Amino acid sequence: MPTLIRLEDGAFVEAADPFTAVADDMPVPAEGAVVLPLARFEAEGAGLLDEGRPVGVLLQPDEAVEGLAYDLPRLALVALAFPKFRDGRAYSSAALLRSRLGFAGEIRAVGDVLREQARDMARCGFDAFVPSDGSGAADWTAAAGRYRHVYQTAADHRAPAFVERESE
Amino acid sequence: MSVYAYDQIDRDMLADRAAEFRGQVTRRLAGDLSEDQFKPLRLMNGLYLQLHAYMLRVAIPYGALDGRQLRALAEISREFDKGYGHFTTRTNIQFHWIRLKDAPDILDRLAAVDLHAIQTSGNCIRNVTADPYAGATAEEVDDPRVWSEAIRQWSTFHPEFTYLPRKFKIAVTGSAKDRTAARSHDIGLKLTRNRDGQLGFEVMVGGGMGRTPYLGPTIREFLPARSLLSYLTAILRVYNRLGRRDNIYKARIKILVAATGAEDFGRQVEAEWAALDQAAIDLPDLELARIRTAFGVVPFEALPARSTAFEAARAADPAFARFARNNLAPHKRPGYAIVNISLKAPGETPGDATAEQMEAVAGLAERYGQDDIRVTHAQNLVLPHVKLDDLPVVFAELQRHGLATPNLDLVTDIIACPGLDYCALANARAIPIAQDIARRFETPDRAEAIGELKIKISGCINACGHHHVGHIGILGVDKKGEEFYQLSLGGSGAEDASLAAILGPALPADQVAPAVEALVDAYLGLRSDASERFLDTYRRLGPAPFKEAVYADADQA
Ligand code: SF4
Repeated sequence: MPTLIRLEDGAFVEAADPFTAVADDMPVPAEGAVVLPLARFEAEGAGLLDEGRPVGVLLQPDEAVEGLAYDLPRLALVALAFPKFRDGRAYSSAALLRSRLGFAGEIRAVGDVLREQARDMARCGFDAFVPSDGSGAADWTAAAGRYRHVYQTAADHRAPAFVERESE
Repeated sequence: MSVYAYDQIDRDMLADRAAEFRGQVTRRLAGDLSEDQFKPLRLMNGLYLQLHAYMLRVAIPYGALDGRQLRALAEISREFDKGYGHFTTRTNIQFHWIRLKDAPDILDRLAAVDLHAIQTSGNCIRNVTADPYAGATAEEVDDPRVWSEAIRQWSTFHPEFTYLPRKFKIAVTGSAKDRTAARSHDIGLKLTRNRDGQLGFEVMVGGGMGRTPYLGPTIREFLPARSLLSYLTAILRVYNRLGRRDNIYKARIKILVAATGAEDFGRQVEAEWAALDQAAIDLPDLELARIRTAFGVVPFEALPARSTAFEAARAADPAFARFARNNLAPHKRPGYAIVNISLKAPGETPGDATAEQMEAVAGLAERYGQDDIRVTHAQNLVLPHVKLDDLPVVFAELQRHGLATPNLDLVTDIIACPGLDYCALANARAIPIAQDIARRFETPDRAEAIGELKIKISGCINACGHHHVGHIGILGVDKKGEEFYQLSLGGSGAEDASLAAILGPALPADQVAPAVEALVDAYLGLRSDASERFLDTYRRLGPAPFKEAVYADADQA
């Protein structure tokens, strides 16, 4: 089974990935957990959910998370694509999933996913990562943990500097 | 105390950044990172690879420095560069001759005086521009530095806005008289009070230079000041999601605003803002008060408005009198003045300062200027609080260091980008053109008779020299491998903002200074009186007489 990195209770760990990512032109496997592109999910998702299978949706950066609002409670995960690491739209998508749409399931980063993004991703609410640079959980722990403080509120609920200062 | 006093949290941030970068450089030097892998990392620390060497761009937050910080910059230039630094139109400082292996040590040195190179490059929120007269001018509604510092903290390592479609620049002005070119920024913020006396901002979005210049339209007339950060979050989120990423030249927010229409864009921002958890984002009043307090209080003395020492020196020394006429601005307190230090001495590179000059300015600030120094987007320096009584001494000291050029906002106070001499993107040189023009108007009497005239030069369409908002704008273009220059007239980056219009065909390098001279001569013949600036005459008469002056001349040549 392929592996990914999970952020669990503040710690990055390597874990097995039970989900099969179904590409646009690929048949849905007969059983097991799947992640579908949005169009496939809209066509086939309801049936799979009725079978009781764990289903996730893969969103491209130009696909608005708001479109999933109605389905979110039934989804096991939302995967957000990074076609290039410089394409930062998925950070807003993740932030909205957590803070506006109240999604508590897994948010997974896929595509051009590098260890240097660990901190920003974790702060925006991602909690699963499929790195493309061969990095492991130890690299992600190091990259995400380099800073002792943050200046702004984000989806990770770390206390920003102005809250830290209040309690001094 | 004159700059925002860092607390332990602010210091830890810089220390953590410096340590992270040291690790990355070590991996690069050991060959564990390829240049391709290293490039995005070094760019996040303001380290560019240029024609001859690495260039390090150091942030000067909203252009404010104290003596200790300016001395540190001088030391860095002496130890790691060639003994000078270049102040940019973004009120940052660049060192053009840096070795990679020294970069981590330089960041440590910077961090020791609360300076850094964070977000001086990359598609993120860059250093904020603020009024260089902040805290000193009577015109101001409120001190823009407080709000600029709030923006600095909020935007530093913002997890959602580090990979925007393109770089993002914010300006804050506290006065109606705009010294920040607010409408030429991605976001321009003007402090204002509403009818109830409540403090807030006029919010302008989507201005910019580059190949498609725009003046940013106002999307909100009045935003309560304490909602600033949540409103900025809303703007940035809309831009991050919807800004174009398919074409680097269409990726700035100005293109999104122009394509959407300012009104519609404003509605999208308002909708996003209404849905945000504003209370979690906006700074509590106590924190705003803490920031304000951390700037300290300037211990102004009660002085008479008239200074005998100042008047005597003005009467005795024509050079001092000229400096006083051109380079001083009124201070909010009687007996004080705002001193502009021009970095545009004839024959010098606009914006360059040597280590000795930086140390001299630091010393003057410490002794006579409340330890406060500002950098302006016109690439000059300011001592915002100097007693009139001390001005003769300050002037003498400036003179000794070649810093008393009395040409603020005059024809020789030219903005120029680094151009072909340093910049890999350039089509043409900018600095030698500026030097050519400055030499032609070297005689101070002549420059002064011409009055306010802002010349701005860019070495390519990226417009770092802001030529679109020059009274005379000069743009370097490439014509079959040769350097040519396109002249535009009628731009302004001030409160009467406008974009310059192209005058006619581009000129070869040796005809640029003569053309400027022809323009100036035409203006002198046409102006209604000495109080009508070049820009006003152009606005009154249009391009025709100026066109004739330049191209009639060029034909003869
Ligand atoms: S305007 Fe062009 S040449 Fe000048 S600094 Fe900017 S990119 Fe370089």
